[in-house]
Amino acid sequence: MQPPGYQSTAVRRVITALVLLLLVVGGLVVTDRVASAYIQRVVIGLGISIILVVSLNLSNGFTGVFSLGHVGFMAIGAYTAAILTLPVTLKRVNLPDLPTWLAGVQMPFLPATLIGGVLAMLIALVVGLSLMRLSGPYVAVATMGFLVIVQVILVNWDKMTRGARTFAGVPSHTTLWWVWGWAAVTVYAVWRLVRSAYGRQMMAIRDNEIAAQSLGISVMRSRLLAFCVSAFLTAVAGSLWAHFITSFSPKAFYFTQAFGIITMLVVGGMGSVSGSIVGAVLITVLSEVLRNAERGMDLGIVQIPAVYGASQILMAVIFVLVIIFRPKGLLGEREINFDRLFAGPRRRETADKKG
Amino acid sequence: MTPFQYLLQQAINAVSIGSLYALMAIGLAMVFGILRLINFAHGDLIMVGSYAALLALVLGAPFWAAALAGIAASTVTGLLMERVAYRPIRGAPDVAMLLTSFAVTVFLENLAIMLFRPTSRPFPTPPILSMNLEFGPLHISSLDLFAIAITGVLLVLLTLFVTRTEMGISMRAASQDLLAARLMGVNVNRVIAYAFAIGSMLAGVVGILWSARVGKVDPLMGFFPVLKAFVASVIGGLGSLPGAVLGGYILGTLEILLQGLLPPALTPFRDAFVFAALIILLLFRPNGILGAREREKI
Repeated sequence: MQPPGYQSTAVRRVITALVLLLLVVGGLVVTDRVASAYIQRVVIGLGISIILVVSLNLSNGFTGVFSLGHVGFMAIGAYTAAILTLPVTLKRVNLPDLPTWLAGVQMPFLPATLIGGVLAMLIALVVGLSLMRLSGPYVAVATMGFLVIVQVILVNWDKMTRGARTFAGVPSHTTLWWVWGWAAVTVYAVWRLVRSAYGRQMMAIRDNEIAAQSLGISVMRSRLLAFCVSAFLTAVAGSLWAHFITSFSPKAFYFTQAFGIITMLVVGGMGSVSGSIVGAVLITVLSEVLRNAERGMDLGIVQIPAVYGASQILMAVIFVLVIIFRPKGLLGEREINFDRLFAGPRRRETADKKG
Repeated sequence: MTPFQYLLQQAINAVSIGSLYALMAIGLAMVFGILRLINFAHGDLIMVGSYAALLALVLGAPFWAAALAGIAASTVTGLLMERVAYRPIRGAPDVAMLLTSFAVTVFLENLAIMLFRPTSRPFPTPPILSMNLEFGPLHISSLDLFAIAITGVLLVLLTLFVTRTEMGISMRAASQDLLAARLMGVNVNRVIAYAFAIGSMLAGVVGILWSARVGKVDPLMGFFPVLKAFVASVIGGLGSLPGAVLGGYILGTLEILLQGLLPPALTPFRDAFVFAALIILLLFRPNGILGAREREKI
C-alpha cells in the first residue's frame, strides 16, 4: 500500500529535479554567453573536478577501496585521447617515433575519449585483479605504487608520450557543454549504480567485509566493478582535461593532483554523491580565491605581498581542520535532501519523520 | 675483476643503499605499529634534517655539529607533527590518518619551497666522507662504509632499546594491542611521542647521509626515497621492526639487481619494476614477509 501523500511527494520530486536541472542549465547558458573567459575556464575546471571526485567516490567512498592511484587513470585517459586526436601533421613533428599504425590516425574527440576510457578500464581490470584482494592501508600503498608506475612509464616512454617534455598541440576540443555533459553522465551513472543492488553490495562490503561475504556477496566482483567504472570515468575526465589545457607534462598527473582531488572528496564527504559535488565546488572556489590572493593584492591601505605556495599551505591546513572537526566531511554519507530543503516548516516535519 | 669480486662490489652497494631504506622503514614501521598511521610526511623529516644541517654548515659549524643539529631539527619537527596534526585525530579511521599525513607533507613541502626556494642547493660533503677507498679491485666510497657502519650501530642500539628498556617493552606492547597496553598502565602518549622521536631521529640520520650521497638538498628530496621505504616496510610487513630492516635490505638488493640485469633500454623504468614487484608480492603475501596475519575478530 502506498503511504498517504506518496503521489504528491513523487510529483514534488520531479518538480525539484526539473527546477535543479533548469538552474544548472540556465547557469551554464549564462556562463557560456555572458561570463568572462576567466569564469568560463573556472566553470570548465569545476565540471572536470566534479567528474573526478564523483568517480573517485565510487571506489573510495562507496566501496571502501581507498585508491591513491586514480590520477594514474586520468593520465592514461589524457595521453591516450591526446595521441589519438593530435593532428597527423603535428604528430610527425612532435611524436616522430610513433608506431606506423598510430602515426596516421586522427580521431574526433568523442571516440578518442571513449578509447582512453576503455583502455583505463582494461588496465584497472588487470591491476584490480591483484589490488582488490588487499584491504585497508595496503590498498592505499599498492595503488600509490600503481601511480608511481604510470608516472615512470610516462616519463620514459619517449616515443608515445614525449617523455618528461611537454606534450603540446592537443586540439582544444573541450567546451563547457562537453564537460558538463560528461559530468551529468557521471553523476547519473554513479547515482544509479550506488542505488542498485550492485551499489548496495559495494556499501555492504565497505561497512563489514566479513558480514557481506557471509551473505554471499562476491567481494572481488563488487570491488572490481567499482574500480573499473570509476577508472573509466576518471580517464574520461583526463581526456577532457587534456583537450582543455592542450599542453601538459607527466608532472601534472602526480601526487599534487591526487591530493587535490582527495581533498575535495574528503571535504565533501566520502560516500555521498552530492557531497562530492559540494566538495568540488567549495574547493574550486576556495583555491581560485587563494590563488588570486597569492599573487598579491592592493587593498588601498593594506598591500598583501605575493606569497607563492601559500594557497597550497592554507589548503593543507583546511584539510587537516576538516578531518579533525568533521572527520566524515561536510555531508558524511548523507545526500542533500531537497524534500527537506524546499519543504515549508509543516512539510519539514513530515520529511523528518520519514527520516 | 673476477665474477666473485663483481658480486662483492655489488653486494656492498646493495647493503649501503639498503641501510638507508632500512633506517627510513624503521621509522615508518614504529609509527604504523602503534597508530596504524602510514606517515607520508616521514620524508619531510629527512628534508628538514638536511636543511638544518646545511644551515649550520653555512653558519660555519663543523660537520659533526651540523649533523647533530640536523638530527635534532628532524626530531623536534617529528614531535611537533605528532602533537599538532596526529594526536587530535588519534583513533580516526586509518584512511583519515593517512590523508592527514598527506596534508602535513603538502604543508611542509610548500613551506620549504617558500622559505628556501624550489631549486636545489649544493650540500658540501666533508672530504672524509667523499673518499674513494680501494681494496684491491674493489672501489668503496668512505660514505658507503660510514652508512653501513652507522646503520649497524643504530640497529644494535635500537634492538637493545626495544628489548631491554621499559620504554621499549611498552612500545612493543602498545604495537601489539594499544588498549591492553593502556590498561596495563602504559602511558600511551609518552610511548607514541618516543616512537615519533626515534623515527624522526633516524630520519635525520638518513637526511645527512642522503644529502652527502647526492651532494644537494631540495624541498622535495624526501618524498621519493620514503615512497620506496614504504615499499620496503610493506615487503617486510607493515609495523614489524625486523620486517622493516629486512625489507630495506631486500629493496636495496632488488634495486642493484635491476640496475645490473635490466637491458639498457629498460633501466630508466627501474622504479616501475620496483613498485610492480611490490604489487606482485602483496598478491601472494598480503601482509608482507614478516607481517602478522591479521585476523579479524567477529
